[in-house]
Amino acid sequence: MLALVVAHLAIAVLLPLVSARSTRAAFLVAALPPAAAFGWALTQIGHALDGGVASTTAWAPALGLELSFRLDALALAMIVLVSGVGAVIIVYCAGYFERRAEEAPRSAALLLAFAGAMLGLVLADDLFTLYVFWELTSVTSFLLVGQSGEGRASRRAAVQALLVTVFGGLAMLLGFVLLGEAAGTYRISEILADPPAGGLVPLALVLILLGAFTKSAQLPFHPWLPAAMVAPTPVSAYLHAASMVKAGVYLVARLSPGFADLAVWWVPCVVFGAATMLLGGWRALHETDLKRLLAFGTVSQLGFLMALMGAGGRTAALAGVTMLLAHGLFKAPLFLVVGTVDRSAGTRDVRKLSGLRKVLPGTAITAALAAASMAGIPPLLGFVGKEAAFAAFLDDGRWPVALALLAGSVLTVAYTARFLWGAFASKPGVEPSTVRAPGLLLTVPSWVCALAGLALGIGYPLVEAIGEGYVGPGGYHLALWHGLGLPLLFSAVALAGGLLLHRFRAVLRPLGAGPFDAQRGYEGVIAGIGRAAVVVTGRLQLGSLPFYLGAILVTVIVLPGTAALLAGGWPTDQPLFHVIMQVPLGLAVIVAALAVVKARRRFTAVLLVGVIGYGVGGLFIVDGAPDLALAQFLVETLSLVVFVFVLRRLPANFTEESPRRRVIVPKAVVAALGGITVAGIGVLLSAARSGPAAASAQFFELAPSGAGADNVISAIIVDFRALDTVGEIGVLFIAAAGVASLVLATRHDRRSKTGQGTPEHEEEVRG
Amino acid sequence: MTQQEDPTPFESWDRPRQAWLLSGDCRGVRQRTLLLEMTTRALFPTVLVFSLYLLLVGHYGPGGGFAAGLVAGLAFVLRYIAGGSEDLGAVVRIRPPVLVGTGLAVALLVAVVPLAFGLPVLSSAKWALDVPLLGTIAVQTSLFLDVGVYLLIIGVVIDLLRSLGSGIERDMREEGEQA
Repeated sequence: MLALVVAHLAIAVLLPLVSARSTRAAFLVAALPPAAAFGWALTQIGHALDGGVASTTAWAPALGLELSFRLDALALAMIVLVSGVGAVIIVYCAGYFERRAEEAPRSAALLLAFAGAMLGLVLADDLFTLYVFWELTSVTSFLLVGQSGEGRASRRAAVQALLVTVFGGLAMLLGFVLLGEAAGTYRISEILADPPAGGLVPLALVLILLGAFTKSAQLPFHPWLPAAMVAPTPVSAYLHAASMVKAGVYLVARLSPGFADLAVWWVPCVVFGAATMLLGGWRALHETDLKRLLAFGTVSQLGFLMALMGAGGRTAALAGVTMLLAHGLFKAPLFLVVGTVDRSAGTRDVRKLSGLRKVLPGTAITAALAAASMAGIPPLLGFVGKEAAFAAFLDDGRWPVALALLAGSVLTVAYTARFLWGAFASKPGVEPSTVRAPGLLLTVPSWVCALAGLALGIGYPLVEAIGEGYVGPGGYHLALWHGLGLPLLFSAVALAGGLLLHRFRAVLRPLGAGPFDAQRGYEGVIAGIGRAAVVVTGRLQLGSLPFYLGAILVTVIVLPGTAALLAGGWPTDQPLFHVIMQVPLGLAVIVAALAVVKARRRFTAVLLVGVIGYGVGGLFIVDGAPDLALAQFLVETLSLVVFVFVLRRLPANFTEESPRRRVIVPKAVVAALGGITVAGIGVLLSAARSGPAAASAQFFELAPSGAGADNVISAIIVDFRALDTVGEIGVLFIAAAGVASLVLATRHDRRSKTGQGTPEHEEEVRG
Repeated sequence: MTQQEDPTPFESWDRPRQAWLLSGDCRGVRQRTLLLEMTTRALFPTVLVFSLYLLLVGHYGPGGGFAAGLVAGLAFVLRYIAGGSEDLGAVVRIRPPVLVGTGLAVALLVAVVPLAFGLPVLSSAKWALDVPLLGTIAVQTSLFLDVGVYLLIIGVVIDLLRSLGSGIERDMREEGEQA
C-alpha cells in the first residue's frame, strides 16, 4: 500500500516532464495512479470486507515510528471517492484547463500529489501516519487554492484554509499523542479494539474533534470552505466536495466505533453537525454564485455526515457510510456541471444565466440526476441514505436530532431546486445565455459520477455490503422501500417543504443570510493576533541596547539567581586559590574590569576587555586546559581586531557629556547585581556535584579506542559531541551571513528610499 | 646600439609575483608600514602552515579545526592590516560566503556519509596506511569534520574582513567625499 501512495507522489514529481509537452496528456497521465489505486482496491474488496488487509513498514524503528496501512470497508468507501471519483475529475481537468493555461502544469502535479496524500490518509492505520498525510492534504490544498499567488483573493482564501485546518491539525496531533499514550499504542485498529477510558482521554477526544471539525468545515470554522471556491472548479470538486473535506468526517467515522458511546464524543458531533447542516443550507439559499451555493451545500452536507458518523449506533453509521458515498457521487458531478456551465456560458452567476436547459440539455439532465440524489429522491443513493438516517434517529428515540435533520433536508431540497433553477431555468427578464458547446471531456466525467449514484441507488446491496463491513451485520437494512412509515413521511415532508420553500423564496429574502458572520469572526481573530503582536513587539523591541541588556540581566538575577539562593549550598572546602599563579592573574582581571567601567575612550575600553580575556585564558593554562586557552587567546585576538575595525567608524569617546546620576545608578546596580549573581552561581555550581564524574571518566576511557584520539577534548568535539559541533558551525554560518547582511546590505538601504539594492550592491553582498 | 626594451620596468624588478607574498602596492603613503609589510611577507605562509599543523595535530594535542581555522584567519587579518583590502582581494579569489558554505557542506557530508555504510550519523573510523619509509599512517575520519570546521572558520574571518574591514573602509571613504 505504501508503494501505491509513493507511486502517486513520485509520478507527481515527474509530471512536469509530461506537462512541458502537453498539459492535456499530463492530466491523463495523472489520472492513471488514482485509477490504478481504485482498481487495486476493487480487487481487494473480498479481503477488505472480511476483516481488512494490513501492511506495515518500519519508518524510524528507534523511535517506534512506523508507516502502517490497512484497507478495510470504511477505507474502501473513501477510496471510491478519493481514487475513483478523483481519477474521473482529473480526466475532466484535461478538458477544463485551456491548452496553454499557466496554472495547468502546476495543478496537474498538485492534484496527483493530493490524490496520493489522501490515499495515504484513508489507508493509514497509525495515528502519526494519518497525521502526516492529513497535513500533506492541507498543504496541497493551500497550493491549489492559492494557485500562482498572484490574485489577492486566492492568496487570502489559501491562507485562511491553511490557518484554519492546520490550527485544527495541531490540536488533533496533541489529541493523538494523548490518546496514543493512554492506549499504549498508536495503531488505530489496536486502539479501537481496546479503547482507553478516563484520565486525559476525554480531552484527547475533544482535541481530535477540533481537528475533524476544522477540516470538515463545521460551525464555526466553515467559512474557509466557501472562500476556497476561488480555486479552479475541478479542484473544488475534488478537494472541497468529494474528498479532502471528508477527511474530518472520515476520522470521526474511524474512531466512532471505540468512542461513540461517550457523551464527549457524540454530543459535539451531533450538535455541531446538525447546526452546521442548518446554517449551511440556509446560507446556500442566499448565494447567487453557483459555486458558492454548492459550497454552502457541501458545508451543510458535511454537518449531516458529521452528525451521522459521530452519533453512535449501527443504523446511523450505516446511513453515514451510504451518505458518504452518495455525497461524493452527487456533489462532484454538480461541481463539474458548474465548471462546464462556466466554461460554456462564461459565467456562473444565477442572475445572468438563463435558458441553459434548452441549449445544454445533456448537462441539464446530468445535473438533474445528481441533484435528485442530493434532494433524496428515489431510486437514487441519496434517498437510500436519507431514509436510513431518519430511521436511525427515529428508532432510538433521539427525536430532536431527527427533526433537526428534517429541517436540514427541507433546506437541502430548497437549495437543490434553487441550484437547478438558477443554472438551467429560463428566467423572465434575463436574456438567454449564449453558449459554446462543451466537449466530451467536459460532459462524460459528470455523467459517470451521476450514473454511478443511480446505479448504486438501485444496486444498494453493494453499498450495504460495504456498510456492513464497517458496522457489522444484523439489524437495519438499506432498502428503496421499507413500507409506509415515519422515515418515508419525513422524506416526503422534506421534498414538499423544500419545493414550497423554493416556490416562496421571495418571502425569505428580507430575512437575510443570517445574524452572525463567521467570516467576520475569523478576520477579527486574525487582525487581533496582528494587533497583539504589534503591541508586544512595540513594548519589547525598543531599540535601546541598555534596555535589552538590562532585561537580560534582570532575568538572570531574578530566575536562576533566586533558584540558586533557595537550592544551592555554599561549598565548605572553598580555598582562596589552588595555585599561586591564580592570584596575579585574577588581580589583573579584576583591575582591568574595574578600569573598563571608568574608561572614557572606546579604544581604552576595548583594550582593557582584551586584558580581561587574556587573563582568563591565562587562568585556563594554570588550570591545565591548553585547548581552551588556545581557543580563548585566538578568539580574544580576533575580537580585538574586529573591535578596532568597528571603532574606526565610532566617536572616540563614549559620551560627550557625563551622563546624569539618575541614569547611572540603576544601570550600575543592575550590572553589579548581574555580575555578582553569575559569579555566585559559578561557585555554587562547583559544589553542586554530588556523585563522581562518570561522563568525564568514560570520555577518558573511550577517547583512544573509540575515537582514536589521544586528546580527549578533540575526541569530544569531533566524535562524542560531533552533532553539537555541526550545530555550532551552523550557528557560525548564520552569524557570518547576518554580519555581512547588516553591514553591507543596509549601507545602500539607508540612502535609497525604496530599500532596493542595485545589481552592484547585490554582487557585493554575495561576496 | 639598439637598446633592447625590457618588458619589466626597472622599479618592478623585485616586485613579488607569488600570491603568498604581499604585492607591495602602495596604498597611500601615510598609511604604509614598511616594517609590518616585510614581517607579513615572512609570517603569512608560515602561519598558514602552522594552522595546518594545528588542524592535523588536533587529535593528539591542543589544536583542532576551530583553533586552526582561527589561526589561518588571523593570518589573513595580518595580511589585510598590512596590505589593505586590494591585497586581500588579490590573494583570496574565492568568495567568503562560498568558503563558509563549503565548510558547512563538508561537515554535513562527513555527518551523513556513514549512513551509506549502515552506520549511525557522524560515526568515525580509523584508516591505517602503511607507507614505505614513514611507517604506518593512521587517519581518523573525524579529521574531515575538522576540515569542514577549519574551512568554515576561515570563511567567517575573511567575511568579517570584507564586511567590517573593507566595507567600513569604503563607507568612510565615501562619506569623506561627501563631506
